[in-house]
Amino acid sequence: MIKINSLSKLFHTKSNLISAVDDLSLEIEKGEIFGVIGYSGAGKSTFIRLINRLENPTSGQVVIDGEDITSLSKNKLRLSRQNIGMIFQHFNLLWSRTVRENIAFPLEIAGISKQERMARVDELIGLVGLSGREDAYPSELSGGQKQRVGIARALANDPKVLLCDEATSALDPETTDSILKLLIDINEKLGLTIILITHEMHVIRKICHRVAVMEAGKVVEQGDVLDVFSHPIMPVTKKFVEQVMGDNNQEDSLEWLTTGYKNGDIIKLHFVGETTSQALISQVAKQFDVDINILQGKITQTQKGAYGSLIVHIDGVSDEKESALAYIKSAPVEVEVVHHAN
Amino acid sequence: MLIELFPNVVISELWQATLETFYMTIIALIGTFILGILLGLLLYLTSRGGIWENKVLNLIIASTVNIFRAIPFIILILLLFPFTDFLIGTIRGSNAALPALIIGSAPFYGRLVEIALREVDKGVIEAAKAMGAKTSTIVLRVLIPESMPALVSGITVTAIALIGYTAVAGVIGAGGLGDFAYYYGFQRRASDVVFVCTVLIVIIVFIFQFIGDTITNKLDKR
Repeated sequence: MIKINSLSKLFHTKSNLISAVDDLSLEIEKGEIFGVIGYSGAGKSTFIRLINRLENPTSGQVVIDGEDITSLSKNKLRLSRQNIGMIFQHFNLLWSRTVRENIAFPLEIAGISKQERMARVDELIGLVGLSGREDAYPSELSGGQKQRVGIARALANDPKVLLCDEATSALDPETTDSILKLLIDINEKLGLTIILITHEMHVIRKICHRVAVMEAGKVVEQGDVLDVFSHPIMPVTKKFVEQVMGDNNQEDSLEWLTTGYKNGDIIKLHFVGETTSQALISQVAKQFDVDINILQGKITQTQKGAYGSLIVHIDGVSDEKESALAYIKSAPVEVEVVHHAN
Repeated sequence: MLIELFPNVVISELWQATLETFYMTIIALIGTFILGILLGLLLYLTSRGGIWENKVLNLIIASTVNIFRAIPFIILILLLFPFTDFLIGTIRGSNAALPALIIGSAPFYGRLVEIALREVDKGVIEAAKAMGAKTSTIVLRVLIPESMPALVSGITVTAIALIGYTAVAGVIGAGGLGDFAYYYGFQRRASDVVFVCTVLIVIIVFIFQFIGDTITNKLDKR
């Protein structure tokens, strides 16, 4: 749906050239939520602004639905932009307009009649959950409500793509979650393609299907969120995964964990995808005559299922223990025997 | 008692002068508002990073504005005599004061407009661009409404300067309270007339300031 071919953006400063986006190529599927993560200065903000040409690329192409955005004339670009919604970190609402008037603005730009505008605005206000606040001014709204107005405004002209420029970075964690839920909701209801950039891995974890990690203007790693989470390759990716999963510096603590147990096995279960840890553990406890003790673990939910690991101690009669292990291994869980006590 | 205190004040003449002051101030203010907004918009749009970024044009407008702001008003009136004569057909009276009043205050207001436009959140302009807005839409629906409180408080400041200018315009017999105070008061040594005129001018200034502040507060939803 969106094809980005060797896109580059150079900025000239007084003393030197800065390559904000460097020969970047990506493909984004229709209906997916695609995340781009990177530290500030990685070029992700420039990247998203190149998609609707708020910045003009130095070279390369952006093709949306077969339309080459990069080669459009000024006028055609304007029309094309009406099909690309965008929301911002600081909301960028017009303070002089009410919620209703803010949402109606893109419809005015698209030249839609007043009657249709009003009907569409009411629909959007319902969609983003702002009923009752139609006539409030932005200054009377909370951050989360402002972003809801931003989202409604971005959706007004039924865009094909929604660009989110650090859309939750100015919000507190709870509000962030509610906005992310709204984005998932919109993605599912409208089948809208969403591209979001962020520096927060938990945003990626909660809503993205695929992720690209950016560093120094380049995509250094990309793939399904679960794959990137479970097998981060680049140091920068590992760092981002640690943001969510905590420091993986567990080698020492493992030894410390194992010393207490004279019998049984200590195993590490890696959950990647559509499993729920609770059911597996309780099934094992029910079906086999073994004792299971959870020693340590961290499971987190992503758009594509649970991801994380548990370290458990399992003990019982040898046969029972073996069949329990076999049962666990048959589940979609990676098993690693960390310590074999007897 | 009033007649004893102000023996030289003729109410009907004073009223006439007050109306002339209002007339000149209001007409000149309308002209200044329109011309000033145009100048301010041009200054803003052609500046660095602006939508119509153009170094040469910006320099030309900025220099013109600066030159006209630098000329003392009383000299500007004299310099504009040929232009006024051409435009109005005379160089005396209230109407003849208008070109000088507008040309004298529009560059000042233009700078205030430029400052007001600079205060508009860049993000909002960017959002409008991302929605596919034309430049004219950005100007009329974003820049001007979003800077309206500053535009109004700017025109209030300008209005007060203008009231002062109308008094100076008395030198060309423009009429109004300044003219009245000078010819009927100062030159005939009727200090009571000067005093009453001064009080009236101060009251007019207060009225304009009050109206300006009220509108600004009403407009500002931030």
